[in-house]
Amino acid sequence: LVAEIEKKITEAFEVFDRESNKTVDVREIGCIVRSLGCFPNEAEVQELLAQIEVEEPGGFVHLESFLPVMTKVLLDRRFRPIPEDVILHAFEALDENKCGYITKEDLVKHLTEE
Amino acid sequence: AFKAAVLIQQWYRRHVARLEMRRRCTWRIFQSIEYACEQDQIKLHNFFSYLMDQFTPSSSKERDFISRMFITGESYKEAELEKYCDYESIEVPDSYTGPHLSFPLVPDHATALLEAYQQKQQLHARYVLNLLHETRKHLKQLPNISHVSTCYSEEVTVCGDLHGQLDDLFLIFYKNGLPSPSKSYVFNGDFVDRGKQSLEILVILFTFLLIYPKEVHLNRGNHEDHMVNLRYGFTKEVMQKYKVHGKKILKMFQNVFCWLPLGTLIDQKVLIIHGGISETTDLDMLEKIQRDKFISVLRLKKRKESRRKPEIQAINGESESGTDVAGDEAAPRLSLQPQTAQAPSTANRLEFSRWLRQTVQEQINTCRRLVDISESEPEELTYSSMVSLKDVDEPCWTRQEEWKQILDVLWSDPMPQEGCRENKVRGGGCYFGPDVTEKFLEKYSLQFLIRSHECKQEGYEFCHNRKVLTIFSASNYYEIGSNRGAYVKLGPDLIPHFVQYQANKTAHMLTMTQRQGFPVALISRVEESAFRALREKLFAHTSALISAFKAYDGDNTGRITLSNWATAVESVLRLGLPWRMLRPQLVRSTEDGMLEYKSWLDDLAMEQRSQEHIQSSLLEVIYRNRSNLETIFRIIDRDHSGLISFEEFQQTWKVFSSHMNIELTDDGINDLVRSIDFNKDGNIDFNEFLEAFRLVKQCP
Repeated sequence: LVAEIEKKITEAFEVFDRESNKTVDVREIGCIVRSLGCFPNEAEVQELLAQIEVEEPGGFVHLESFLPVMTKVLLDRRFRPIPEDVILHAFEALDENKCGYITKEDLVKHLTEE
Repeated sequence: AFKAAVLIQQWYRRHVARLEMRRRCTWRIFQSIEYACEQDQIKLHNFFSYLMDQFTPSSSKERDFISRMFITGESYKEAELEKYCDYESIEVPDSYTGPHLSFPLVPDHATALLEAYQQKQQLHARYVLNLLHETRKHLKQLPNISHVSTCYSEEVTVCGDLHGQLDDLFLIFYKNGLPSPSKSYVFNGDFVDRGKQSLEILVILFTFLLIYPKEVHLNRGNHEDHMVNLRYGFTKEVMQKYKVHGKKILKMFQNVFCWLPLGTLIDQKVLIIHGGISETTDLDMLEKIQRDKFISVLRLKKRKESRRKPEIQAINGESESGTDVAGDEAAPRLSLQPQTAQAPSTANRLEFSRWLRQTVQEQINTCRRLVDISESEPEELTYSSMVSLKDVDEPCWTRQEEWKQILDVLWSDPMPQEGCRENKVRGGGCYFGPDVTEKFLEKYSLQFLIRSHECKQEGYEFCHNRKVLTIFSASNYYEIGSNRGAYVKLGPDLIPHFVQYQANKTAHMLTMTQRQGFPVALISRVEESAFRALREKLFAHTSALISAFKAYDGDNTGRITLSNWATAVESVLRLGLPWRMLRPQLVRSTEDGMLEYKSWLDDLAMEQRSQEHIQSSLLEVIYRNRSNLETIFRIIDRDHSGLISFEEFQQTWKVFSSHMNIELTDDGINDLVRSIDFNKDGNIDFNEFLEAFRLVKQCP
């Protein structure tokens, strides 16, 4: 099972590996993690990055550093998908006027308030 | 509330990430299939090697047939060219409503042409031929590497591959303005093939070239080569649009392409070539080569030989130029080597094989790749009086070295790793690393390179520490919405400014919705197309896949794990794709993580099959080899009529299937043939044949 997970992670990693040299830009890590089926929020992504060695200069992450960390994430089933009803509630909570939508500005406001 | 917002953000980011992943996978699929197709050229070449090595024809007909494949065509000396591709005798009827050209050309002609093409009119064959003759005359005067200076025209616009996409050229002219004394252009090759309006693009470019010779510069690309055109569509396009005079026009194009300059140098600081460089690229040599000697950089035949028919001069796609200025032949007639016997006229199998082997043996060892060396030394390297050497030194390099120089410049690709290695993917040129670039730039005091040759999503891309710029001007190259096109402008400061665009209203609409944040529609469309192509490829390898799957299915349950599926598929197709990521789109139903591979393959087959009574393995073979088949057909069809005789077809098929190790009964062939529409005299319109099996890609 671990081998299979590692293969999956490697594949996803390589899609973002522009130069085919087993490194990706650190800013793509969030994207890679999410395309593997995880739903971390921004804080969680940062936490994850803290565990991975980022090579300076340039801000690159090597597959070798990423693989063990991500494997554990998948094995531990962290950052599981949010169920649909929960998301629906989230929208409803923010949609004070009950119009069926929220604006981008509202969202930004709520995210930056704390 | 904050929590709610965070949740939404999480969800949204995940959505965007998935889209991004899908987008990149789609791109990968298209790219890998495109390059794999270029690899097919190698297979085609192996096929011909096989013919030469092992196939023994069993009848005189077969022998004739095969030797015909090896004589790629006649070469023409200047006078013959004028006579054969003569245009003056062609009358333009009063009923013709298209533009009329008279020489010398003036800007009004260009405008008339642009308008005519916008209204989908066609230029009369007489004018096309006339234009080509004049273009050739002009190009002959140009050096191998054009020199451009930004102090004359302040800005130079450089465009990359156009590949017959006229809409993109119109878009460029619309956004950037037409060529003029104050607007210089460099077009960096690959004007033709794949797109459907290669002819129109060439006519327009050549017209502007002749009107503004100081401001318009054209570089040769790897597709300005009739061998490549056979496969990738230009030949077909010309024959379809000019049924009567197409052959002449094609011949002229051959003789124009070889005169296209190999590169352009701006302010002695920026070198523009179509492909790239290699560690042996030598600008001094490049400037001195007789570039017109290389009509095609790809060859099927290696040696000059066979005087079976005196008028067919064995050539390797080489012209015998160098005769014009002097008036007489400056280059010696190709002389046969004493040991090259005439092809035996008796139906003696052994002798024939020996003859074949003799004449090509030397070359066969070095031609395992498609690109191979030209004929050996006996032919004189006489430089005609037209080409004046800067130094008085005798050229000390061989024809082979010259050929490699051109090949590298037209076919190479940059790679991120250091070093320089053979470009096995394309079958020609090199992969060159940043160190090669660095050394090269230093050696010739250049600032950076501009090249094309590779499709880029944004229309352009830097690499090698911004020392190499790829510029690609054919938008929506793989599919509507797949990529932007771009051109780059350079002023005297040589700082590049880019302009991007995307032709086609639909794509435009899609990009608009993209900006509004609904990229799904765009991605889905392109994705669909990519996966269709991928499924086709999978189908084409059905038997190999079954064997691979069986290897993982020791107990013969008919099922394998998805993990093994991915490994097996990659081992067969070798496309380097992320199969586990692609799996949900390719495999619909699984049980407990296991796949019933037989029924999955059957489903694939159902999508592809068009004729039930054709054996499925046969169909598979056709699919897998269709571009090779098409190329072979075109080679056999020497008069470009689109027809080959029934017998030739049968023979082709027989030879081909024995090479591919397929069991094919005569019934099988007959079935195949019966499903084709014979319209006349036992001739097969192979276009119909290929289309009947949906082997020709339909344009959207």
